[in-house]
Amino acid sequence: MPKVTVDGVELEVPAGATVLQACELAGKEIPRFCYHERLSIAGNCRMCLVEVAPGPPKPQASCALPASEGQVIRTDSPMVKKAREGVMEFLLINHPLDCPICDQGGECDLQDQSVAYGRGATRYHEHKRAVTEKYMGPLIKTQMTRCIHCTRCVRFSEEIAGVDEIGALYRGENTQITTYLEHAAKHELSANVIDLCPVGALTSRPYAFEARSWELTKTLSIDVSDAIGANIRLDSRGREVLRILPRVNDDVNEEWLSDKGRYQVDGLPKRRLDRPWLRKNGKLVAATWDEAFAAIAKIKPGASVAAVAGDLVDCETMFAGKMLVGALGSNLLEGRQTGMKYETSNLAAVNFNSTLAGIETADAILIVGSHVRWEAPLVNARLRKAVKNGAKVFLIGPEWETTFAAEFLGEDAAVLGNLPAHVGEAMAGAVRPAVILGGAALAKGALAPALARADAWKLVRTNDDGSVWNGFNVLHMAASRMGGLMLGYAQPGGIADLAAAKPKLLLSLGADEVDYAAFSDSIIVYVGHHGDKGAHAADVILPAAAYTEKAGTYVNTEGRVQFSEKAVFAPGDAREDWTILRALADALGVSVGFDSFAQLRAAMAAEVPALGVEGLADYGARPAAPKDAQAQGVIGYPIKDFYLTNPIARASATMQHCSAELLHGEPQAEAAE
Amino acid sequence: MSLADKDRIFTNLYGYQPWNLPAAMARGDWDNTKALLERGQDAIVDEIKASGLRGRGGAGFPTGLKWSFMPKESKDGRPSFLVINADESEPGSCKDREIIRHDPHKLIEGALVAGFAMRARAAYIYIRGEYIREAETLFAAVAEAYDAGLIGKNACGSGYDFDVFVHRGAGAYICGEETAMIESLEGKKGQPRLKPPFPAGAGLYGCPTTVNNVESIAVAPTILRRGAAWFSSFGREGNKGTKLFQISGHVDKPCVVEEAMSIPFRELIEKHCGGIRGGWDNLLAVIPGGSSVPLVPAAEIMDAPMDFDGLKAVGSGLGTAAVIVMDKSTDIVRAISRLSAFYMHESCGQCTPCREGTGWMYRVMERLRTGDADVSEIDLLQEVTKQIEGHTICALGDAAAWPIQGLIKHFRPELERRIADNVREAAE
Repeated sequence: MPKVTVDGVELEVPAGATVLQACELAGKEIPRFCYHERLSIAGNCRMCLVEVAPGPPKPQASCALPASEGQVIRTDSPMVKKAREGVMEFLLINHPLDCPICDQGGECDLQDQSVAYGRGATRYHEHKRAVTEKYMGPLIKTQMTRCIHCTRCVRFSEEIAGVDEIGALYRGENTQITTYLEHAAKHELSANVIDLCPVGALTSRPYAFEARSWELTKTLSIDVSDAIGANIRLDSRGREVLRILPRVNDDVNEEWLSDKGRYQVDGLPKRRLDRPWLRKNGKLVAATWDEAFAAIAKIKPGASVAAVAGDLVDCETMFAGKMLVGALGSNLLEGRQTGMKYETSNLAAVNFNSTLAGIETADAILIVGSHVRWEAPLVNARLRKAVKNGAKVFLIGPEWETTFAAEFLGEDAAVLGNLPAHVGEAMAGAVRPAVILGGAALAKGALAPALARADAWKLVRTNDDGSVWNGFNVLHMAASRMGGLMLGYAQPGGIADLAAAKPKLLLSLGADEVDYAAFSDSIIVYVGHHGDKGAHAADVILPAAAYTEKAGTYVNTEGRVQFSEKAVFAPGDAREDWTILRALADALGVSVGFDSFAQLRAAMAAEVPALGVEGLADYGARPAAPKDAQAQGVIGYPIKDFYLTNPIARASATMQHCSAELLHGEPQAEAAE
Repeated sequence: MSLADKDRIFTNLYGYQPWNLPAAMARGDWDNTKALLERGQDAIVDEIKASGLRGRGGAGFPTGLKWSFMPKESKDGRPSFLVINADESEPGSCKDREIIRHDPHKLIEGALVAGFAMRARAAYIYIRGEYIREAETLFAAVAEAYDAGLIGKNACGSGYDFDVFVHRGAGAYICGEETAMIESLEGKKGQPRLKPPFPAGAGLYGCPTTVNNVESIAVAPTILRRGAAWFSSFGREGNKGTKLFQISGHVDKPCVVEEAMSIPFRELIEKHCGGIRGGWDNLLAVIPGGSSVPLVPAAEIMDAPMDFDGLKAVGSGLGTAAVIVMDKSTDIVRAISRLSAFYMHESCGQCTPCREGTGWMYRVMERLRTGDADVSEIDLLQEVTKQIEGHTICALGDAAAWPIQGLIKHFRPELERRIADNVREAAE
């Protein structure tokens, strides 16, 4: 714990801290461009210069200088002021200063810091540098004349994403940041470089010239594009969410967001169900709410009712659905739309127990049946960190391009029962071993044998340093999965149980991945927001709200309960899901026991207390492993197209572009600007 | 008073004899190198320290002291490396080239001795990409030394295993900076690293590394053979030894010559170069240490001792002792402007002040050359050089700033005259 003095104030800083961190601890703002907490230190922008004694009689880059005992740091001396002015002047001489037409305007580090630390007027009368535009794919718009060469994007690609997509060409003042051969950046986290870029060199292509940052209303929300529950901020203007940005949450998404979570936003206003529809003579025709409810009431389902929940729905919707189905006298609930039927009696067995942040600390990881890059890009970034820290990673399943050193053991789930010796040794010898089961593994019945392995390798343990470690992980893909399981949306036989019961009325809560052919005898009432597969199969469509249009509770794959807020109203006649289900109860003549959202939440918290508390739910101890269980069959990953996994993404033009260009290699014709 | 032939270290500097091993051995190289090594590592470092040898690459850091920073034993199994900087790209410098093409075995023997003294596993000689024939010679010389058992396993029968690798650069001046050289050796883009950590702690491939100039390494075996006292009998206190001076420009006979340190400038020129072109009255200014040190006007340089401290006293530096002599026919502004163009071209582009500032300086210099500027821009230029100097990761920013500072300091009237002329011409 070295003691340093910052501007006359003495303070102790943690060992290993840099001078920059010491200054921040002392409450001093240090301007910076290249420095970023989550990236390696480059020290090249020279904006963070401070005066340090003892040391050479020149300003020092505080981001790269370790704080040491007895240092006297000055951030307010004339030398520092002059140094900052000088560096800022250099940054600006070749910067176009086109703030009025720059999308970064209003949220630009260069703009802010030039006001705070710059000289105020230019002394540069030569010609400015211009740089040709670089193509970086359908998501990243470039204007490289604005680039200040901080190399944050380069370091992000190399260090976090693990792909050498972006780099610097040439040297001196001709240095250019580019994707080398002007290939598109193809990584699933590629758009995070837009957030990292401190200037307007890399901006969001789909969001180009849409809005100014100060016009936007900011709403805190949770991403539903995968089961990670990334913390996001919805930036909306009027009735439209214009963009999605990640929020900082070190436990969940650090400060990254997958490209899908970020850019499916333009799918929100497209293909929307904005009025009720009724199927008459095989065709869907527009209807009013009253007609729709009357049509449903006419079914008189009695207890012959079932509900299936989609991947994007919040816990409140599922709870309201459960209460409605329960009031009608049925308990046929299912959320695993594709037919999986793993054991759910103990949720500790289907949870990501090591936690997302914890998987970084694992030292041996066996991944069974998960294409992590596509199923959970943010977990993939964590796995890369673990490997950088020395973890060994083994995978069972068809090969995919990992961003870290890993060994594929085979495509058949049966490999799990017959692991090569060195894998067993690595797992048994690890201090923090972990197993990650993907959906594809669960589909092949790998849960039970994996649990047996978990016992053999003692995945749950108290290590010598006193830390408790639970390395048994299931990586889900649906934002609604853990919440659904907590609310009982699971039948022993999976969705087949529902089909076998041949319910008169099937309530589809935004379920778009179900094979509705199995329910040909049922009247299907679809409560959802996009005209996707579910709506096509429906007999009655009740238009509901997307995740941006309602407050909700989501549980991510590690059992973390998180709340999101409502940013905008649903379009047209669409209503929030819970109100639809509440009204439906009246139409069907039953009572669900709540009249307001607050009552609904209270009732839900009374039934499942964990859903009322933000944070990790406690699922108790993991069950004993069943004996002699075997996994069988070649693993096939369920996600065929990363960019088109849910109805919102499928409606998004941006995601379709990405899919076509990045995954299917189709050249993208670009409209003239 | 000047250096006698018997005291010259580089006895084949002009290539009157072959460079190859038999000829080198006839000149005394590789003469019982085993005995040198048997003195022990610490004794060698102490001898070099006692000799007062300062680094010949420009900065003048005491070589023995630098070697002593290397770890005495590897605590974590990491090997140590010696990197020899033969990326001689400084405008005006051409001494390493002569050593390599005519006396490469001095360098290779020096590599073994120095590498042994700092307990290095191997030496990497990073040779400038443009030195094609020199690289060929060096490759051949290293092969000769391997074949003769002088390096490699059990080098010179000493029981010490030592490899020498020759690596050709790709033509970037910045790769002469020690950490950029290490990056380049590792196969990365040649951009200087942040310090700390210094190479002695984590250098090539993260291992302890010392980077030395060719000349510093090549003189080491002779110092050991003839003794520190002999070497330190030349030159003034703190500036001991002999040095290769490279005199170019407006002298009658430009040359590379080994001389005692601290030789007065006038004597150096008179004795070896046949005097200034047009006589001493025709001398305008001298850049005494390669392009990156400030120029010194004629009056101040004439009797200055040519060593680190003597040139520091006149506001410049010895650098690599690449003496660029300019007589009064020189367009001094254009000369410095050309150097600015060089630094703009060679800036690696990593850190802001150098990347943006070198171009700015060059453009203002070009306008000052023709007088197409305002008098206030001279002060602006001076301020810009100050904004670059000391604010960058490596010393290239300083090197780019100093020549201009020297120009403004000594030739401000000339700059103002050009501006005034330009204004008058425009008015006419």
